[in-house]
Amino acid sequence: MSHLTDLPAWAAIPVCILLLLGSAVTLVGSMGLIRLKTFYGRLHAPTLGASAGTILICLASMLTFAVLQNRWIVHEVLIIVFVILTTPVTLMLLGQSALYRDRIEGSDDVPRKSTGEQPDTSGMDI
Amino acid sequence: MRYWFPFPLLSLSLLGLWLLINQSLSPGHIVLGTMLGIAFAWVMVNLQPDKTRLKNIGRIALLAGHVAHDVLRSNIAVMNVILRARTRPVNSGFVAIDISLRDENALALLACILTATPGTAWLEFDRQTGVLLIHVLDLENGQLWVNLIKSRYEAPLKEIFE
Repeated sequence: MSHLTDLPAWAAIPVCILLLLGSAVTLVGSMGLIRLKTFYGRLHAPTLGASAGTILICLASMLTFAVLQNRWIVHEVLIIVFVILTTPVTLMLLGQSALYRDRIEGSDDVPRKSTGEQPDTSGMDI
Repeated sequence: MRYWFPFPLLSLSLLGLWLLINQSLSPGHIVLGTMLGIAFAWVMVNLQPDKTRLKNIGRIALLAGHVAHDVLRSNIAVMNVILRARTRPVNSGFVAIDISLRDENALALLACILTATPGTAWLEFDRQTGVLLIHVLDLENGQLWVNLIKSRYEAPLKEIFE
């Protein structure tokens, strides 16, 4: 925390704005987990933190350390790239298992599979 | 050339990744990163991924711009939905889209785009029928979403990959 006081005011203000915006977006996303009532609705809420939340907080970090160390800092971009690349895997896994369970239970809220009535158990879809 | 460097783009991105992680452009790191990039490209050969050539590089920048704009817009839209969820019932639903993309890398990228924009969640893609099932948080008009995804993402991805 100590070296953060070295940050000049012109840099501290945008860093604070970015950090507060990023954490606010992530907080709203987490609130969505409670407020949205269906499982599929809840799938959407954490993506707020994974997209805008991550991007804004990483931008704040890049700006802080670029100003403090007086050079370009870009390796936070990797965090953004890897979070965006890997979130679909988890979301698809959750979504497909929910879909599979609902279809097995014969829930009417879920669209049937277009070919045949039985859910595909191979699970190899992308 | 193709034999020694089976995945040049992958090798280059691994080199970039290595230099970014080490935060250095020193010759030693460049040599080490190049060696790692080539070695991992050889590992990829054994995994036998689908080879795709990028055809239309210019469209990538345009697509990236569209995606950045949509990520911003959909974040705000989803925040609105969540904050007003107490007073206004959430109108969410499933949308089935006929996708004519078959290239695996293009589909993977489409999945990343749809997941990165909050409000749309990729649920299931049927390879035989080409039907993609997504869940949309704020569903006013299903056809609108179909047209949006087809024209804004699928068409450029088709130009880039196929």
